[in-house]
Amino acid sequence: MTSNRRSRVTMRTIALGYLAVLLVLPVGFVFYRTFQHGLAPVWSSISQPDALHALYLTLVMVIVAVPLNAAFGVVCALLLVRHDFRGKALLNGLIDLPFAVSPVIIGLSLVLVYGESGWLGGWLTGNGFQIIFALPGMVLATVFVSLPFVVREVAPVLKEIGTEQEQAASTLGASGWQTFWRVTLPAIRWGLAYGIVLSTARALGEFGAVSIVSGKLVGQTETLPLRVDNQFQNFDVTGAYAAAVVLAVLALSTLFAMSRIQPRELDR
Amino acid sequence: MPARAAPPIGGAALSRGVVTLYLTLIVLLPLAAVVEKATGGGLGAFWDSVSSAEAVAAVKLTLLVSLGVVAINAVTGTIIAWVLVRDEFPGKRIVNALIDLPFALPTIVAGLTLLALYGPRGPFGFNIAYTRLGVLAALLFVTLPFVVRAVQPVLIELDRDMEEAAASLGASGATIFRRIILPNLSPAILAGAALAFARSIGEFGSLVLISGNLPYKTEVASVLISNQVESGNPHGAAAVSVLLLAVAFTVMLVISGISRWGARHDV
Repeated sequence: MTSNRRSRVTMRTIALGYLAVLLVLPVGFVFYRTFQHGLAPVWSSISQPDALHALYLTLVMVIVAVPLNAAFGVVCALLLVRHDFRGKALLNGLIDLPFAVSPVIIGLSLVLVYGESGWLGGWLTGNGFQIIFALPGMVLATVFVSLPFVVREVAPVLKEIGTEQEQAASTLGASGWQTFWRVTLPAIRWGLAYGIVLSTARALGEFGAVSIVSGKLVGQTETLPLRVDNQFQNFDVTGAYAAAVVLAVLALSTLFAMSRIQPRELDR
Repeated sequence: MPARAAPPIGGAALSRGVVTLYLTLIVLLPLAAVVEKATGGGLGAFWDSVSSAEAVAAVKLTLLVSLGVVAINAVTGTIIAWVLVRDEFPGKRIVNALIDLPFALPTIVAGLTLLALYGPRGPFGFNIAYTRLGVLAALLFVTLPFVVRAVQPVLIELDRDMEEAAASLGASGATIFRRIILPNLSPAILAGAALAFARSIGEFGSLVLISGNLPYKTEVASVLISNQVESGNPHGAAAVSVLLLAVAFTVMLVISGISRWGARHDV
């Protein structure tokens, strides 16, 4: 069994080595570089008004886009799992589209519809609705990129729990809403939570789509990921690292949430 | 046909309307606008845009690097999944959680971290900034979880009886892996690899800082599209986008084919 043991150790070394070189060392090194000269320069960089505004905008993206997609995701998953209708297979395929489309194409596509010379943009701008180079466009981009997560996490859970409990509830006189709140929602809660965590991570960090629709106006439409890029290109490496570390801390918190939710899902 | 539970939120017709409207306004109409922009000037103009030397070079690089990403991921992803399922070592739970880091970490930060360690001001004295190796590294970073997360559940479910039977009949570890484990894992490896490929051909955020978008050298398709949008050439950008979309949709079709194939195999 010594050769077995040796191959086991070889595999482990390759796997951990690859992860170290690709993930752990680079991420760790950014943290080291950021805090190399203490907390003071980091603090002064992230407490600048523009940086705070970027953080605020990033959180706005999450607070608006994630609940929208969570509600859409649950309704859409119920529709796909619990109902039969013409075009269901098509809808099922269309849901995954955002994962197949490059973020830059998403940004471009939104500009072509909602931009000033776009399909709907001329009319919208004429009536005082500025979408592109403003907050609504950035929200649209964030919704687009994170659209499939909740549907894809909730639909399989719905399929697995079946309809028996829902039927029992409605036989006992529960209304559609009561059945949903008391039976369906509690049953899908872990799937929904996982979908929400994944959407949050994506909404926090989206770069390509938001960069195109936002116009990247510092202090106005600049989110935290856009700020990382902008500070780096303007040779403010400390500022870029500080903004990146704030995002990384947010990402690590979502990662922690993921690892808390996943085992429960597997236990089910 | 059993009676169905009363649908919440005002019935199926209303939810269908809401879902269709949401998808149309946010996804379908915008994508249709890209196709219209690309082909609105006639097929000749479309062809001129996608066959320009810079576009051809960018698309070629995108596809080649993405194939490299797929090949490397298929091997390393399978090894990592195997180690996480079959091996025991202290800290395994942390390593397992770490696999999802590339999905959680904003892509621009992923690019920045690679640049910090392996870039011009890094401690090792070599520089992957503005090189194809840098593009490859960034894509490997962001696609890392796909194959691991596709293979892991299959490996957990895999019955060990067959492997033990083969071992007792004198098969070596390599033979067992090649003849028993690998055939069972291949649908999952393929599915994960296809997702990694789809992600690679569209990836943008992690490449912005590291690729330096040098035309003909490190400029991939997504960076080219972004450059064309910023330089006021939406026609050209839309044309390359349509080409990239066509490749991505083909990959999505392949993925759904593989998942049907995989479902048939795991009886």
